[in-house]
Amino acid sequence: MTKADSIADPGSGPGSSSGADGPVVRRRPAVGLGKRDVDPAATAREVVFDIHDLSVSYGQTTAISGVSLEIYRNAITAVIGPSGCGKSTFIRSLNRLNDSVRGMKIEGQILYHGHDIYASDVDPVEVRRRIGMVFQKPNPFPKSIFDNVAWALRNLGMKDGLQDRVERALRGAALWDEVKDRLRESALGLSGGQQQRLCIARAIAIEPEVLLLDEPASALDPLATASIEELMHDLKREYTIVIVTHNMQQAARVAERTAFLSLDVSDGKRRGVLVEYDETSTIFTRPADKRTEDYVMGKFG
Amino acid sequence: MMSPLDHARPLVASGNLRRRNLVNRLVEASATIAAIIAVAVLGVVVYSIVERGGSALSLDFLIKDPLPAFSGPGGGIAPAIVGTGLLVLVATAVALPLGVLIAIYLTEFAGPRTASAVRLMLDLLNGLPSIVIGLFVFGLLVVGHPQTGFAGSFALAIIMLPIIARSSQEVLLVVPQNLREAARALGVSRWRTVLGVVLPSALGGILTGAVLAVARAAGETAPLILTSSIFANNVTGNIFGEALPNIPVSIFSLSESPDPVDHARAWGSALVLMAFILVAITGARALHRRFDQTQARLSRR
Repeated sequence: MTKADSIADPGSGPGSSSGADGPVVRRRPAVGLGKRDVDPAATAREVVFDIHDLSVSYGQTTAISGVSLEIYRNAITAVIGPSGCGKSTFIRSLNRLNDSVRGMKIEGQILYHGHDIYASDVDPVEVRRRIGMVFQKPNPFPKSIFDNVAWALRNLGMKDGLQDRVERALRGAALWDEVKDRLRESALGLSGGQQQRLCIARAIAIEPEVLLLDEPASALDPLATASIEELMHDLKREYTIVIVTHNMQQAARVAERTAFLSLDVSDGKRRGVLVEYDETSTIFTRPADKRTEDYVMGKFG
Repeated sequence: MMSPLDHARPLVASGNLRRRNLVNRLVEASATIAAIIAVAVLGVVVYSIVERGGSALSLDFLIKDPLPAFSGPGGGIAPAIVGTGLLVLVATAVALPLGVLIAIYLTEFAGPRTASAVRLMLDLLNGLPSIVIGLFVFGLLVVGHPQTGFAGSFALAIIMLPIIARSSQEVLLVVPQNLREAARALGVSRWRTVLGVVLPSALGGILTGAVLAVARAAGETAPLILTSSIFANNVTGNIFGEALPNIPVSIFSLSESPDPVDHARAWGSALVLMAFILVAITGARALHRRFDQTQARLSRR
């Protein structure tokens, strides 16, 4: 479904049948349209993630508390905030990657197209198959460049046209021209920036809907960072992207919407809370909350 | 009262520094001597076995059968060599897959409490006297039946199991966690992740552990006396029906013989066994080092 379709047909969308949880395909009035891209879909956007009052704790420690926000399709949503405010916890709860952490407890709801991803009948492997992730440190498998991309395809049974799929993924990650003559060589021989683009290729090869990027450029040099950011602009045409970053300039450059998480220490307990969530331009120029202003002005963090 | 130090005096040891230097030299010397003793013990053992067994060694000794009964002592130990090989082979075929599966369970699936309990059990099993294991298998498989090669292999497998499981577990723990996360984030199931990413990365270490277990099992005598010691001087390959001749029990019975020719053959057999174990262990070390270097080279590039 294209963006234009979603405007023309308000009743469509996988979540439209949900009852008690409320309508999932929501319409928002145009607020603070960014001057650089006037996006018609911003007036009425399809919600991919609808997060209600999300709290995640590990044992006695609360990582994030009471986070509610909506993430829109084919947009880049940035999550910024100081160290330890639960940015990674937040993004890793979106594809159930925190499940294996001992003592992890989750409250609230994360609706993905209207489906609670923590419902008892949900298979976390299926969740991750649709919601891909790229990590802070490039982590290619100790396999060849080709096999890094092809491995998951084979495992998921997407073996028809394997060569084409691998090429398409590598092109999609703007890596093809650099590696097409050395596909059989070890991926560990690539530079850090190339490895990270390989990880992106690996993630998009299985055709997910969402890409979660957990500080994808923080281990890279400025040139590699620039190429990753450029790539993200291309990727958002096909994917919904959520990026965690501690680099505010990066959020300002790439994201349409930005969520600012911060540490709340009001009652003696530290926990990450969502302070403000809005258009990126609003967050950086006219933030509603004093804490957001202090952070984006560089007063703490 | 401390007198002020004269920082202009010559920089030679003074005060209690002379005593501290002496203690330092004493400790260093005793540690060095302890290390020399360890090497010397091995040297003396190897030397005495080579000296006494070397005379018995010949090509015939390695490839010929012993002389038939009542025709006097002499002949080769070929059946014992083949028998030991077969015993260890069958034991490895049982213990290696089981041990690796146990290691996979411990590192990939078990909770921390279960894992530490199972690890403790494995260490206890590893500490069980081999005669006790022999006695157990004797009661289980031999009482009321003839001794069989399989009973011997079964006892050896019990001895090998904890060694393989523990050493494999150690190398599986070294496989970086972020590779597992990368695989999980691609929507690949846990087991396929283990098979496709974790095991290949740990293969060298697992093989090294297996070779060390083989070296240990090849020399075990007590369980074989109970399970595979009444044997004919030939290997039929019928491991479920007959006892297998083997080197450790041969050494034991030859050294009990009144005939000095048999004593020389016992030393010769000991030399063969020792040579096999030394070659296996140094081979395992070389294998491990090569694997480590490959890994290091791959991750450096």
